[in-house]
Amino acid sequence: MKPRDLTDLALRNLREAVLRNSLTTLGVAVGVASFVAILSLGVGLQQMAAKRLAQSGLFDTIFVTPKNNFRGMGRPQRELESDKPPRPLDEDARHELERLPNALEVYPQVRFFTEVRFNDKPFGTVVAGLPDSSRNSGAFDGMQGNFFSSTSADEAILQIEFAKDLSKDPPSLLGQNLTLRYAERQAIPATANDASSGAGDSGGGFSVVPKELKLTIVGIVETEPAAGFGGSGNARLLIPLGTASKLRAAQVNDLRDIVRGSTSTKTVYPTLSVRAKSPSQVEALEASIKNLGFNAFSLLDASNSLRTFFKVFDLLLGIFGSLALAVATLGIVNTLVMAILERRREIGVLKALGAADSDVQQLFFLEAGVMGFLGGILGVGFGWLLGRAITFGTNIYLKQQNLNPIELSSVPWWLAVLALVFSVIVSLIAGLYPASRAAKLNPVDALRYE
Amino acid sequence: MPDTQPAVQLDHISRHYQMGETRVRAVDDVTLSVARGEYLALLGSSGSGKSTLLNLIAGLDRPTAGAILANGANLAELSPLDLARYRCNTIGMIFQSFNLLPRMTLEENVELPLRLAEVDHSARPGRVREALERVRLTHRLGHRPTELSGGEQQRVAIARALVNRPQILLADEPTGNLDSTTGETILSLLRELQAQLGMTIVMVTHERPLAERFADRLATMGDGKLLGITSAARGPAQ
Repeated sequence: MKPRDLTDLALRNLREAVLRNSLTTLGVAVGVASFVAILSLGVGLQQMAAKRLAQSGLFDTIFVTPKNNFRGMGRPQRELESDKPPRPLDEDARHELERLPNALEVYPQVRFFTEVRFNDKPFGTVVAGLPDSSRNSGAFDGMQGNFFSSTSADEAILQIEFAKDLSKDPPSLLGQNLTLRYAERQAIPATANDASSGAGDSGGGFSVVPKELKLTIVGIVETEPAAGFGGSGNARLLIPLGTASKLRAAQVNDLRDIVRGSTSTKTVYPTLSVRAKSPSQVEALEASIKNLGFNAFSLLDASNSLRTFFKVFDLLLGIFGSLALAVATLGIVNTLVMAILERRREIGVLKALGAADSDVQQLFFLEAGVMGFLGGILGVGFGWLLGRAITFGTNIYLKQQNLNPIELSSVPWWLAVLALVFSVIVSLIAGLYPASRAAKLNPVDALRYE
Repeated sequence: MPDTQPAVQLDHISRHYQMGETRVRAVDDVTLSVARGEYLALLGSSGSGKSTLLNLIAGLDRPTAGAILANGANLAELSPLDLARYRCNTIGMIFQSFNLLPRMTLEENVELPLRLAEVDHSARPGRVREALERVRLTHRLGHRPTELSGGEQQRVAIARALVNRPQILLADEPTGNLDSTTGETILSLLRELQAQLGMTIVMVTHERPLAERFADRLATMGDGKLLGITSAARGPAQ
């Protein structure tokens, strides 16, 4: 039979026992709906996590250090004795990194331990400079107060725990001032020879001068973006990167430079952060940076592990979700087997009129496929609605808990297509047995059947 | 008048099957030749094997022994697919209980063999109309079988059997569910169509008087065996 005739007959047969076929199709729809709803939650959670991680800058940032930076820790001595001196991470290197394809921005890590005075009480903390791009970081979603007004404003954002140290009522800190006490690195002219500065005899060097800066508290945040990764511990006081750079505060590497006798007044960064345009470009960018002669490190591997985790998570959710669909397929088998009994005589007539076994088989097969297809379409719709309902309910609960709403479920196009294809395939498999049984029916017996 | 080339040649045909411990000889060593254009009536009491023989000629069943030569092939050796094609293109069948599909209209019922034969869609309405014209039912194209009388239903079944222009028309007790007047009308129609189209008719019946009036020859069966063949005096349709 021609496909058009087969389809026409299959649809006619389905319309004939409309109640039973509708219930079977509804069973498939419920199965597909549970599959879609459960997977949509998995996908939604994954997207939520991916968005948070992308906003955090953890997975699109590469931390660049000079080749000599972390050497010497248990490395063989010969590795330390290189003929070529390691390339410094200076302004030239920074510009070179900025010119790399896929590099969005390059900024130094300004991070130092210092003392903060508030209400005449001293508090020790790590201070970190934040680039303006951090503004879009997920860490500032739902922050109290505001982000810095400019990249060189004398403003501070406090980490919530630090804010609690300063005051029992952290929100009251907004708009108040605190004093940052830090050690400024000042260059010494080459002619000077002040042995007390600790500088070597290579000329120049620097001295360390205590300084103070008054900062206005503009915001309170849960955690530092990127959780302080790449630096020396979590910063609890955040200031604009421009402001932090202006301070020329002495950092950990200054002491190391002194020990090594490198006292050049030229700006040399201990670490530069390079942000890629997207997490997918991190790997290539990291390789380019290594080719320039620097150490580069990213959390790409951790990101891969996370992706693997979500793949396994989705797979498990899919298996649970498809259990309902498996039960629904039993409904298809039942409906079609019943249809064979009911339509036994009709099958006999078809065969007497010249239908081949394959025609009868295809007819039943198609009926199963149509039920799977219609059930799949309905199921995707139901599943989407179910996901929305769960998200809606969850957000009501979150609102009661004074938490921000979330997008818990997501039905991307590929999930809808996957569910539809899955539904049709499973239904066709369910139709295999009834179709084969109908095809094998002896026409003489079938015609005799009353 | 019968052609010299047989339409169907049964050569020592047997159809035995096992029923529990009993071996039933439904058809037992039957040799019979049906000429082209002939109208043969298969007579016999219930269980004599006449319907089984008709099913064997129709290619709905296979013999356990012997050969059935039709359309240049031995049906006993054909593949299931070739048998289906034979039923579709060479045979037309009508039944005692009409066997029309109740959810289809007359037009759709008659169109069904054309679908199975994969006849082009554009050619179908004309073929359906032509077949229904032959049985004088064109005015009820859109009706369903349940809206028709028994005689009308059988006429639709005849139209369905004719729509693929078969060489052989097989009728299994075509008047069994009809009153005698309607039965006669149906048999007259068959006779008329046979004369018009020159096709071969093999009809199973247990009504000897009717068979004698309409058929060319009568083959009588009993206990699966062919008991004898006699010529019949042609009846009113001649």
